[in-house]
Amino acid sequence: MTHSPAAEPNEESVYAGLVDVDGDAAQWAFGTGFDDPLAGVDTAVPAGVDRADLAAYCLMLGDDALVLAQRLAEWCSNAPELEEDVALSNISLDLLGQGRLLLARAAAADPESVPPLPPDSPVPAEDALAFFRDTGGFRNAALAEIPNGDFAQSTLRLLLFSVWRLALLEELRGSADPVLAAVAGKGIAEVAYHRDYAARWTVTLAQGTAESRRRTEAAAEAVWPHAAELFAVHPVERRMAEAGVGVAPDAVRPACAAVLDEVLRAADLHRPDLDAAATARGRAGEHTPALSELLGDMQSLARQHPRGTW
Amino acid sequence: MDAEATAPEWPLYEVFVRSKRGLNHVHVGSLHAADDEMALHRARDVYTRRNEGVSVWVVRSALITASSPDEKDPMFSPSGDKVYRHPTFYTVPDDVPHM
Repeated sequence: MTHSPAAEPNEESVYAGLVDVDGDAAQWAFGTGFDDPLAGVDTAVPAGVDRADLAAYCLMLGDDALVLAQRLAEWCSNAPELEEDVALSNISLDLLGQGRLLLARAAAADPESVPPLPPDSPVPAEDALAFFRDTGGFRNAALAEIPNGDFAQSTLRLLLFSVWRLALLEELRGSADPVLAAVAGKGIAEVAYHRDYAARWTVTLAQGTAESRRRTEAAAEAVWPHAAELFAVHPVERRMAEAGVGVAPDAVRPACAAVLDEVLRAADLHRPDLDAAATARGRAGEHTPALSELLGDMQSLARQHPRGTW
Repeated sequence: MDAEATAPEWPLYEVFVRSKRGLNHVHVGSLHAADDEMALHRARDVYTRRNEGVSVWVVRSALITASSPDEKDPMFSPSGDKVYRHPTFYTVPDDVPHM
């Protein structure tokens, strides 16, 4: 007689052997045996780099990650399947980690960029930037802030975002700022997985049932108009690119077009127009009403408890 | 009941993870997926998110033949008193790993 192995209780767990890996049970809270992405990195701002520009540039990349992390977190407990729920939460946390490092870098490069809080405030600088900046101070592209829509819309948004961000991070590995280079080096494996995840679902949904096809086509209508803005260059990005610190996003347009063509050909979807006239509105602090609503949700707890420690 | 509630479930997979220090894959749980590749990616997402693993196996649960609790005694108790089957009467040299 046989029965399902799933009914058998686990007699041994792979986790059991891990508890003692570093002789420290505290790993479950914050991790030992985990890599510090800035280990051994010189965090001094290189001579000759404009600190205000570097801070603004880090806010741009950091806000893209932070705002999309918040959008993805909205899927928590709402995704169509438990496994997708966990996958989207993982992606959210990857981006939150990138956002945190970048906001901390912005604060270190230019303390003036951090909203003033009382001198004895326990809030770290990156949290002050995340929770006490108003909508107009955020420099993310609109693509990150638009509402989730359905699973298809969130998938196409994530595809476009991760194709673009991976291309940027690959260039940033050679940044003259060692912290930006290290953050990019850490982020590449993460965003490569996000891109893979989104590309798989894009093809599955587009080539699935009539209903999933209909929803995916509607999602493309909603998401693709935000593509061109990703490649519009803000003066700060131009100057940072010229200084060898940043990347002007129009430089990665051909690479993004090639990747999107490959995925969207398999999905039989049209590619968004990456060359359409667009201005870097989000980079300049101009946002859709969706961002105010998102920040109201994200910032309310920290603002109600400005002396809270987490 | 609506159509969603009566839709057939995706097949069940069992997930095995090899940890960084571990030599063998250990069963960690199960999940539902439409096909093998989706099962592998979901296993990565669900079971390796706290830095647990360096390798993942997935296998359709239906493909596993398991012993039954009803047969536990005839299957396993005969070996319970055969202490001489353990190589405990040898001295293991210090440089032999993984014993």
